[in-house]
Amino acid sequence: MSTRKSFWEMDELRIVSGAMVILGGATGLLVVMPYLLLKDVRPPAALEPYTSEQWVGRQAYIANGCVYCHSQQPRDIKQAPDASRGWGRASVAGDYAYDTPHLLGTMRTGPDLLNIGARQPSKDWHLGHLYQPRAYTPGSIMPSYPYMFEVRQGAAKPGETVVNLPPALTRPGEVVVAKPDTLALVNYLLSLDRTYPALAPRPGGPAVATGGAKDKP
Amino acid sequence: MDFTVSVLLGTFLLSIGALFVFVWSMAKGLFGDGNAAATEIFAPNELGKVEDPAATATQSGELQQAMGSPAKPGQALARADMDFRVRADGSTSLVVGVCLTLAVVWLVLASLAGLISSIKLHAPDWWVQYEWLTFGRIRPIHLNLVAYGWCSLSGIGVAIWLIPRLLKTELIGAKYALVGGALWSIGVFLGTVAIATGRSDGLEWLEYPWQIDILLVIGGALVGFPMWLTLLKRRVEHLYVSVWYIAAGLLWFPILFLIANWPGLHFGVQQATMNWWFGHNVLGLWFTPLGLAAAYYFIPKVLGKPIHSYNLSLLGFWSLAFFYSQVGGHHLIGGPVPSWLITISIVQSMMMVIPVFAVAVNQHMTVLGNCRALIYSPTLRFIVLGAMMYTAASVQGSLEALRAVNTVTHFTHYTVAHAHLGLYGFFSMVMFGSIYFIMPRVMNWEWPYPRLISLHFWLVLIGFAIYFIWLSIGGWLQGLAMLDEKTPFMQSVALTLPYLQARSIGGGLMTLGHLVFATHFFAMGWKFGPKRLGAALLGTRLLNLRFVTSTTA
Repeated sequence: MSTRKSFWEMDELRIVSGAMVILGGATGLLVVMPYLLLKDVRPPAALEPYTSEQWVGRQAYIANGCVYCHSQQPRDIKQAPDASRGWGRASVAGDYAYDTPHLLGTMRTGPDLLNIGARQPSKDWHLGHLYQPRAYTPGSIMPSYPYMFEVRQGAAKPGETVVNLPPALTRPGEVVVAKPDTLALVNYLLSLDRTYPALAPRPGGPAVATGGAKDKP
Repeated sequence: MDFTVSVLLGTFLLSIGALFVFVWSMAKGLFGDGNAAATEIFAPNELGKVEDPAATATQSGELQQAMGSPAKPGQALARADMDFRVRADGSTSLVVGVCLTLAVVWLVLASLAGLISSIKLHAPDWWVQYEWLTFGRIRPIHLNLVAYGWCSLSGIGVAIWLIPRLLKTELIGAKYALVGGALWSIGVFLGTVAIATGRSDGLEWLEYPWQIDILLVIGGALVGFPMWLTLLKRRVEHLYVSVWYIAAGLLWFPILFLIANWPGLHFGVQQATMNWWFGHNVLGLWFTPLGLAAAYYFIPKVLGKPIHSYNLSLLGFWSLAFFYSQVGGHHLIGGPVPSWLITISIVQSMMMVIPVFAVAVNQHMTVLGNCRALIYSPTLRFIVLGAMMYTAASVQGSLEALRAVNTVTHFTHYTVAHAHLGLYGFFSMVMFGSIYFIMPRVMNWEWPYPRLISLHFWLVLIGFAIYFIWLSIGGWLQGLAMLDEKTPFMQSVALTLPYLQARSIGGGLMTLGHLVFATHFFAMGWKFGPKRLGAALLGTRLLNLRFVTSTTA
């Protein structure tokens, strides 16, 4: 048997206290400080909140894991040619004022989507592209999403949205109808437009200094 | 003063202060009792005696021969010491058996999900009619099954098995860990269903809805409970470095997971910084401590010689905790977050060289000169390979945090390959080796088909080499293509295709290896195969055999 040390000499105490102090420090640095700094960031005047349908579409974007291939954070032109590809200016914190959960993403298996609504404003294009990406972008490795559509013989019912597809994708007499969630998803994609200037003054209020904290490469 | 400057200055002063506290506590012996603690994992007279329950009798004999004669060859281990070890192992056999069995089941499912995800990236119209099989769902299913299913439960199982051995007493309160492991596994199952049915939270590493996260927080706290109870009854004077890692890891995870999943707390860009604070801490403060704890126990235990430098191992522990906990921001380089945060994370990523160096020197110096042991010890083969991959993954990770490198690798498959070097090359390999050591003790039965261990090893080694090398090259080229504004984006997609196909081949071999491993695991569970020497815990016949070989050598 070992001789018992006093409480203050026990390794257990060192482990617990040291581990907690260190975790507390890291949490303060990476969670609490950004919280305090960013909680007062106001939405830019030009940024509209999501409509309820766009919000449903955003949930579909999350549910189908679009974030695993598409980022929503164009980088500064000094770091990468994102702007030259039409993906938009470097984003700032205020651009995400309505974005919880955040969808910044970590992969660009496909292009950045923060400004896809401005870059590709056609609803028909998005619906058809979801149905079969390779009919619109040859060589694309994006999955097709047949389960987001109903394919049936005959005509669409009133109120349904028929997808205008290239003739090669449908058989004669067949219609492809977009499901409600799919329409909402496209609506959300079309709403993605942060092409307004990053530092626009807010009319009648203090300037929104959301660009000041931007990381410079 | 400018806020950014004051934060940087504050961090600098804090680091310098911490350094002085560290030097002072080293001088005062506050970091444990040096080399006495290094031999705490051995019984008296045990130094120089090899132990690998996964080895056949012949292999054990050859292993002992490779390591030379025991320090005191004539003297047997005291009956009382062996009794304590038998009781220590016996006290954990049920809970460890359950945790490891669940882990192996999750491993097989996770591998299949990963392989399907990989194939889908180069066959985008394959199996698209089912919602739950779409890439955007099966990929997070793969990640979560690997992280919370296989890695966490195997890590928990190995940690619980190690605790009584390290404290030389029986495990107290095994039932809490049993309930904890069960809750945890129910959480993994429900979380998988949630992702498959489109109920993901949308954050990488944090996809499970918060209602399910409660199970993992409570389960995680419960599996740690027996450790604290057992610590109070320990029969050892010194806490071996593995205990430090396990205790801290079991403490850190529930807190990390609780803060990260608290509903309604995080928002917008702040949530992104929190996401990567968690994403990197779950690696650095959960998987890494559990993996290193196992490596720090099994390498010296199999070889029968203490680790190279015990003080260095504690330096490694504290510097890992301090630096690793702050590196998360490097995932957001170029993103819409404050630049001071990213700068601090890059600096701390580079500082990670210190703990990595400490671990590397310690583990590799212990093995150095005994490389023949790798031929004879199945356990060691996996764990030493894992330890080497830890060094490689960590150095690579530090370099990837540099802005110049990150600009190329960010958003590409290169990062995916790196993540697998850490969680597969290092952590999973160490877990394989540990399970090969532990299960014969849990089941009181030998591995029935030793050649399957070799088959498993070579399948996953070759499979992973293909996976890692090709995906890294493909990812790097993808990054360069995306940085060149004259190259159309679609070209960055097209050029990765052969590499993605190679990754599927590598992933297929790895999956095959896991099926071999799982088959062998369950064959042992049903006690197939002949009962051979060495099945019983340090059986007398085996000991005699070792003494014969060592005295004739």
